[in-house]
Amino acid sequence: MVTKEFLVGLLSEIPDPEIPVITIKDLGILREVEMGKDSCSVTITPTYSGCPAMRLIEDQIRDVLSGQGIKNIQVNMSYSPAWTTDWISDEAREKLRKYGIAPPEHTSVDKGILMGKSTFPACPQCKSINTELISQFGSTACKALYRCKDCREPFDYFKCI
Amino acid sequence: METDQALFNYLLRLADSSLILSQRLAEWCGHGPILEEDIALTNVSLDLLGHATALLTYAGKGKSADDLAFLRSEREYRNILLAEQPNGDFACTMLRQFLTDSWHYYLYASLQKSKDETLAAISVKFLKEITYHLRHSSGWVLRLGDGTAESHLRIQNALDELWSFTGDLFDSDSADELMLAAGIGADLNEIRKQWTAHVSELLNKATLKIPESSFMQKGSLQGRHTEYLGYLLAEMQYLPRTYRDAKW
Repeated sequence: MVTKEFLVGLLSEIPDPEIPVITIKDLGILREVEMGKDSCSVTITPTYSGCPAMRLIEDQIRDVLSGQGIKNIQVNMSYSPAWTTDWISDEAREKLRKYGIAPPEHTSVDKGILMGKSTFPACPQCKSINTELISQFGSTACKALYRCKDCREPFDYFKCI
Repeated sequence: METDQALFNYLLRLADSSLILSQRLAEWCGHGPILEEDIALTNVSLDLLGHATALLTYAGKGKSADDLAFLRSEREYRNILLAEQPNGDFACTMLRQFLTDSWHYYLYASLQKSKDETLAAISVKFLKEITYHLRHSSGWVLRLGDGTAESHLRIQNALDELWSFTGDLFDSDSADELMLAAGIGADLNEIRKQWTAHVSELLNKATLKIPESSFMQKGSLQGRHTEYLGYLLAEMQYLPRTYRDAKW
């Protein structure tokens, strides 16, 4: 009989389908694991409401659990509390930076964003803060696209929500 | 009307508006004026699709979100008329987006305090994303309105064309009244005040003029839509209606 700790350990290693250097645990998508006799119930929360990776993450969770002989698997989607970039661990932020994605700089979304006030994340390549916004919407729902004005490299920025 | 029927109708109004606007924005995929905007419009579309899915799943009543989206006819749809209007040019799409984003912004800000816990929780989540949408569309309305003679003309035309659909954003029926009385729904009169103040200020900044005519289209809450919704649904629902057991 596998223990809950063992399963949580395995589930925590599932990489995010779109940013494979960090796991669903690092990102804060994996919220809760409950174990019954031969059942397991896992609660996940989407980063963005329309995140197309959620279906795949659910399949991966089912694969991991059924691989351990668990028959009765339930994956619940929870919207509360709403996911926030504040849940991304410091370690995961460093992994993002090394991968070339600038991690979120501030805590949660600030109201200034509505008024068009921008923050300028440091370039993950050369660390310069002389950067500019190309587009508020990047390659995935959770990222914006910036360009470094010093090394001229475009880069993804994990935007704060 | 029973409270649970009123809640169902109320959730459909929200879900359908997001779903139909999402479908419209998805039509831009591969056709955006520049790559970044193509990606932005489809990102917003995806967020709205996520909102619709969450709302339809919650509305449920024994039906799946897919069944509700694909197996209802035009007359059963309760989306705002503005959402179904054709994309037109980029200025028209952006203006429609700005008017709707502003509505969504104040609506979900209010619904965060709903007595219905599920609706309150998803509203907190939606509002974070809508803030980004509103910032994006506001930026374009300013840029196009206060831009070249050509861009100004195009977005002013869009405003003249779309303004008569904005009254419908604040129309209410007995479901709305019941939900408001129960502390679940938002006060649309209050939302209208906030919306009007914000929209007028930005349009003014963008040197755009709100049409003088006060005639407003209505009917979406009774399932009376403009001619465009039927065509949109025909395309959106074709596959699941033709191949009833199709899976993806």
